[in-house]
Amino acid sequence: MELFTPDFGLIFWMFVAFAILFVILYKWGWPAILKGVDSRADLIDKGVEYAQNAKDQLDHAREEAEKYITEARRQQAEILRDADKMKSQIIDEARVAAQKEAKKVMEAAKVSIEQERKEAELQFRNEVSAFALDIATKVVRNEMADQKAQQRLVASLLDDMEKQN
Amino acid sequence: MTKRFIIFTMLLTAVAFLLPQRTLASEAREEAQAEEKAIDPKEIIFEHLGDGYGWEVPFDHHHRIPLPILVWGSDGFHCFSSARVTDGQTYKDGNATFKIAGKDSKYKGKLVEIVDGQEVKPFDISITKNVCALFITVILVIWSILAVARWHKRMGHKAPRKMVGALEVVITFVYDGVIVPTLKDKAQKFAPYLLTVFFFILYMNLLGLIVIFPGGANLTGNIAVTLVLAIMTFLLTNVLGTKHYWKEIFWPDVPLWLKFPIPIMPIIELFGIFTKPAALTVRLFANMMGGHMIVLVLTIIIFIFAAMGPVITGATTVVSMIFSIFMLLIDVLVSFIQAYVFTMLSTLFISLGQENPHEHHDKEEAKPTAPAAA
Repeated sequence: MELFTPDFGLIFWMFVAFAILFVILYKWGWPAILKGVDSRADLIDKGVEYAQNAKDQLDHAREEAEKYITEARRQQAEILRDADKMKSQIIDEARVAAQKEAKKVMEAAKVSIEQERKEAELQFRNEVSAFALDIATKVVRNEMADQKAQQRLVASLLDDMEKQN
Repeated sequence: MTKRFIIFTMLLTAVAFLLPQRTLASEAREEAQAEEKAIDPKEIIFEHLGDGYGWEVPFDHHHRIPLPILVWGSDGFHCFSSARVTDGQTYKDGNATFKIAGKDSKYKGKLVEIVDGQEVKPFDISITKNVCALFITVILVIWSILAVARWHKRMGHKAPRKMVGALEVVITFVYDGVIVPTLKDKAQKFAPYLLTVFFFILYMNLLGLIVIFPGGANLTGNIAVTLVLAIMTFLLTNVLGTKHYWKEIFWPDVPLWLKFPIPIMPIIELFGIFTKPAALTVRLFANMMGGHMIVLVLTIIIFIFAAMGPVITGATTVVSMIFSIFMLLIDVLVSFIQAYVFTMLSTLFISLGQENPHEHHDKEEAKPTAPAAA
């Protein structure tokens, strides 16, 4: 039966020991541990959430980047196409303009050539007529040197005048 | 499979090596005891289960580690070493004479003062084997729990490893597995007490399984220890109990005839207040004492059968060694389970004391659906 009768000394020391144990752990033990465990759990939760967000964002960013790249490629192609079009257009325009200009220049040249020709012709005629007059004068002077010839001419001229009348 | 087989063979070999020594030792003991008296298993078992003024030393049946004796005798306070009163010697300290009461005394095994030839039990707060083990346990618990706390203060949010990690697993197991689900928002308030109780009991249980010096005291198998723990829970439950808890005891929600002329229910409830801590006390005490007793009996069997010749002794040794190793392994599990159960029941009793009408209302609403589901 001695096992079933609690011993006073042990009860006393048990109270003391338990009280000391409890007070020490209550002050320096459990609050720190429970708080630490909790805050670490929070931290881990936050970390996981953050990582998930980051992953989502990364996936999103990749998508976005791909979108941008395709967009850029499209734009590049468009620009190239536009440039090509513009190039040919410019060339065409230039050609047309050059043709127009050339035509204009040719026309102007034609006009001036015509004018020069006319002037030259005029000058030539004057010179020819001058030469002709000169020559005629000289011829006439030669021919009219003797009397006979003068009379013959007067006679022919008179003949002509008679014929005409 | 092969690993298990190897372990088993090694175990057998070890037992085989131990066997001759054991028999020799028991024979030597037998011879020695033949001169004095036959082996008394009951006495040995109860000596090991109970308390003592000294601490046994392994392989030595006469020497004990002396522990201080603190008593309030008829003429005041006395403090002396327990070595002075071993083997039934009387010791005169000042004017008072002390001895440890003999087998036939009603204070068997306890320190008594001899006043006028009569044995009188003094006010005895000696540091006995159990008290000493208690202190060792307290120091171990404080050291290990403060190590975890220190980790949290110093290392911040780093993952704990080794001992701190292992302890933290147990702490969170009890805290998140028992305390929070039962006490909910009041968990913070009672967690320090419940966790302290858990670790205290666990360490006492485990230390009790170690056979030599720092362990070996049958602490949780001592009714004084479990009684104090149960009283703590009892006080916490009732002192911090809510109004609703007391109303449920004295005026429970039962038909009027159960409580009006003769207060049947209140009486039952009132008994309930005291049966709860009693149950706590007895279940921990009985479980741990039972475990210790089985291992002791299995060991003693060897010495009982020693009288029947070497063959039977050898066979008994092997069988009882295997059984006691098995029992000790079971006791490791039981140590944990008992600490867990004590904490769980304490949590439950405290949570009953924390009930408030709102929760009760919810329960009542849930009640009509229960039979339908059943």
